[in-house]
Amino acid sequence: MAFFLIKKKVLTMFKWLEKNLPKIVMAPAVGLIGWFVYGFVLWTLYISFTNSKILPKYELWGFGQYEKLWASRKWLISVDNLLIFTALFLVFCIVIGIILAIFLDQKIRSEGLLRTIYLYPMALSFIVTGTAWKWILNPTLGIQKLFIDWGFENFTFDWLVNREMAIYTIVIAGVWQSAGFVMALFLAGLRSVEDEIVKAAKIDGAGIFTVYWKILLPMMRPVFFTSFVILVHISIKSYDLIVALTQGGPGISTTMPALYMTQTAFHKSQVGLSAASAMMMFMAVAAVIIPYLYSELRRENAR
Amino acid sequence: MQDSLQSSYRQLEQKSKYTNIFLRWFLYLVLILFASYFIFPLYVMIVTSLKTMEEIRQGTLLTWPSSLNFDSWAVAWGGRGYGAGDTFLKPYFWNSIKMVVPAVFFSTFIGAMAGYVLTKWRFKGDKWVFLFLLFGCFIPYQAILLPMARTLGVLGISNSVIGLVLVHTVYGIPFTTLFFRNFYVSVPTELVKAARIDGAGFFKIFFKILLPISAPIIVVTVIWQFTQIWNDFLFGSTFSFGEAAPIQVALNNMVLSSTSVKEYNVDMASAIIAGIPTLIVYVLAGKYFIRGLTSGAVKG
Amino acid sequence: MKTLKIEDLSKNFGSTEVLKKINLEIDEGNFLVLLGPSGCGKSTLLNIIAGLETINEGNVFIDDYNVSKVEPKDRNIAMVFQSYALYPSMNVKENMIFGLKQAKTSKDKIKEQLEKVSKFLQVDQLLERKPSQLSGGQRQRVAIGRALVREPRIFLFDEPLSNLDAKLRVEMRREIKKLHQQLKTTVVYVTHDQTEAMSLGTKIAIMNHGVIQQNDTPENIYNKPNNTFVADFIGSPSMNLIKGKLKQSSNIISFVAEGSNLEIPIDNYNFKANDNLNNKEVFFGIRPEHIFFKKLNDNDLEITLRADLSEYIGHEQIMTFDYDNQEILAKFPSTIKTELSKETKLYFDLTQVSLFDAKTEERI
Repeated sequence: MAFFLIKKKVLTMFKWLEKNLPKIVMAPAVGLIGWFVYGFVLWTLYISFTNSKILPKYELWGFGQYEKLWASRKWLISVDNLLIFTALFLVFCIVIGIILAIFLDQKIRSEGLLRTIYLYPMALSFIVTGTAWKWILNPTLGIQKLFIDWGFENFTFDWLVNREMAIYTIVIAGVWQSAGFVMALFLAGLRSVEDEIVKAAKIDGAGIFTVYWKILLPMMRPVFFTSFVILVHISIKSYDLIVALTQGGPGISTTMPALYMTQTAFHKSQVGLSAASAMMMFMAVAAVIIPYLYSELRRENAR
Repeated sequence: MQDSLQSSYRQLEQKSKYTNIFLRWFLYLVLILFASYFIFPLYVMIVTSLKTMEEIRQGTLLTWPSSLNFDSWAVAWGGRGYGAGDTFLKPYFWNSIKMVVPAVFFSTFIGAMAGYVLTKWRFKGDKWVFLFLLFGCFIPYQAILLPMARTLGVLGISNSVIGLVLVHTVYGIPFTTLFFRNFYVSVPTELVKAARIDGAGFFKIFFKILLPISAPIIVVTVIWQFTQIWNDFLFGSTFSFGEAAPIQVALNNMVLSSTSVKEYNVDMASAIIAGIPTLIVYVLAGKYFIRGLTSGAVKG
Repeated sequence: MKTLKIEDLSKNFGSTEVLKKINLEIDEGNFLVLLGPSGCGKSTLLNIIAGLETINEGNVFIDDYNVSKVEPKDRNIAMVFQSYALYPSMNVKENMIFGLKQAKTSKDKIKEQLEKVSKFLQVDQLLERKPSQLSGGQRQRVAIGRALVREPRIFLFDEPLSNLDAKLRVEMRREIKKLHQQLKTTVVYVTHDQTEAMSLGTKIAIMNHGVIQQNDTPENIYNKPNNTFVADFIGSPSMNLIKGKLKQSSNIISFVAEGSNLEIPIDNYNFKANDNLNNKEVFFGIRPEHIFFKKLNDNDLEITLRADLSEYIGHEQIMTFDYDNQEILAKFPSTIKTELSKETKLYFDLTQVSLFDAKTEERI
């Protein structure tokens, strides 16, 4: 009995602290994110409904900024560019990623080395990548010169300075940077499939193509979904790559929403308008992410 | 009967042998072609950085430099030592180091504690708290740039390394929490129970029991945060300029602001210098880097 | 003074009730086994005794002191976990003395305890090793050692043997039994394995859906199950439960199975209450091991049934018979030759019978 004559802590304060310690420790993280993420997004949302110019104003101004935004040629171009870029970026990254993953999955010699090569661009910043590609793609001394020296005398490759084609140079560099990532996701997915499924299919007479096309790839649905979400998310946010590669040019032909937002905010000092464009980006991301988080959480609950 | 069966087996065997050999060659061909696509820019960067401008104009992207010439590296790192607008990377490289080290430390520590609480000291609504934090991984930062700029101004730390440390710490928390939570979920809760019966408290359990076995996830998190923060351009270019800028901003300015003749060799040397710390980390600890990438994406 | 007393204890996780008004008492030196299928709440109950889970209603007393709000470390208990929960970063010695160090025990005392316990459990050669370098049995010993050094009032075991292979499990079971015989410390032991429960427990509490179904000695649990759940849960194969009715004429009570004419006399059955037995719907319970091939006692009832299936399992065989469209299992030595699809004479030991109300499923 004497065991329980524990020092009766008169300090109820201390007891309370001890009991709530986990929550107290959790508080900084929750507080910081609450303020710097949710608070700031709300602030931006509010400002997007005001007529703020250089300095934020706080009288509401309705949907004026959004009307202005969708009437702006530059914004419309940037949305167009975003759609083109996202579509191509998605398709190429996923196709290349899947091909590489499947090929690497065939008990390849020096798989480790190849994997390292395919994925290293992810370790580099878009600025470094952009700088390199800018040099490679430049019409005078880059790839064009390489081919001409090889004997293709009429070869021209001026996409980087061509209004119509410049957006595709961003696709080339973007795919180069991110395809390896999709490969890593799919390779991990393929490796997590139980051997027995493949064995059963082989005994059933399925060839290697059938095994992948009919059995394994359909099982990769969650990986497709994840890749889709991550890639769309990367493309909506893409900013650095454009800055390094084209600065939105030639002219405004390669502007994208992220670039539009920072330029309107910090170069043109149209705070309200830029807030409106930021909210459009936010909504686009949320439209993709919220279903994703929801399904992930449900899957976790089901386990 | 027996003979014909035997020979048909033999035919099948031959046939599948040839298809297999063909497939193998095709496989390696494709893999090597893609490998060259991925390696090509890196090769061009290195080769170009070692050439003189004269060589660059005469040769092509692929030509090997006549001699290993590190002059452009020296210029990229330390400048020429004269002239106005002589920008070089050295001071900005140190800016980045000064920014990365504390930001990685703080965000990792806060994330580790949060992950520990969310898995081992569960409370009502903890799932929602996790979701609340997790959403921070995905927001487009454009939606917080304006208020952040003002906040840094009010705090008097705009255009400073300290300001960038704050920004990177805060926006790193969702990722670090995600990493640690997913790691601690797989650590048996019985360990915590045993330690509680043994009389260890909240902090003791964390530092004595969990932290010593967290080395893998700490490595993953530190590498992830290091890479993200080192490579960041958006925050760096928005919240700092001039002398406080981190290296990616400086690199971009250097490449854009070459006034007279484009010096591609110096550009490439600069790009390599800016990329080398993360590349080294990737080569040394690729396994952990990939784990961070994939678990950042596919959680659980 | 009861070493452990649990009073009207309830616990819910959200809207699911895990424990419902549990009452339980344990005397000094007893070995109580909490037995039940997974999800019955036995582990939750153990965690509550340890103080690792909070209580919604009711109280837990240790030595008559209400410990409901006392921290685990202050309850003077020790616990052995299913996964052993050895601290991976510490070696065996550090693992074993971690608790004593937290309690600020003197160095001499720690040393003495460590020496005593590690010799006793034969882990004194392993003290410098890390848990990852130990075999399953060794980890188990260290986990027990970590509990022993604290000299607790109550030992709590959470399915400690279920991670071991079959052979080692039997060995460790014997060791735990010996340990209890030597130390005579009170034990609460959670398992889903009835053999473990039977061989270790001085008392067994069978749980299902958060309710204690029966808390009794192993003998009573086996021979006089409280309800059909206990009857079904204990024994392998489990007790035959034949559906039917009671028939009472003057002083003679008998059982008639559904679809059968045969009256089985059950005059010697010890009814709990004698009221209104005629026409009562019941389950007639008899264990497979109480059905014989030869007449052993004069009271044994002879009955002829068709053999449908025989399962040979080495030292014995399990036979399935048809009793007017109800299946009956019996266990015979494997030396007995049997023929399938044939009418076979069997003998029921009627002194070993249990009867349950078909509606409440309680013993009558």
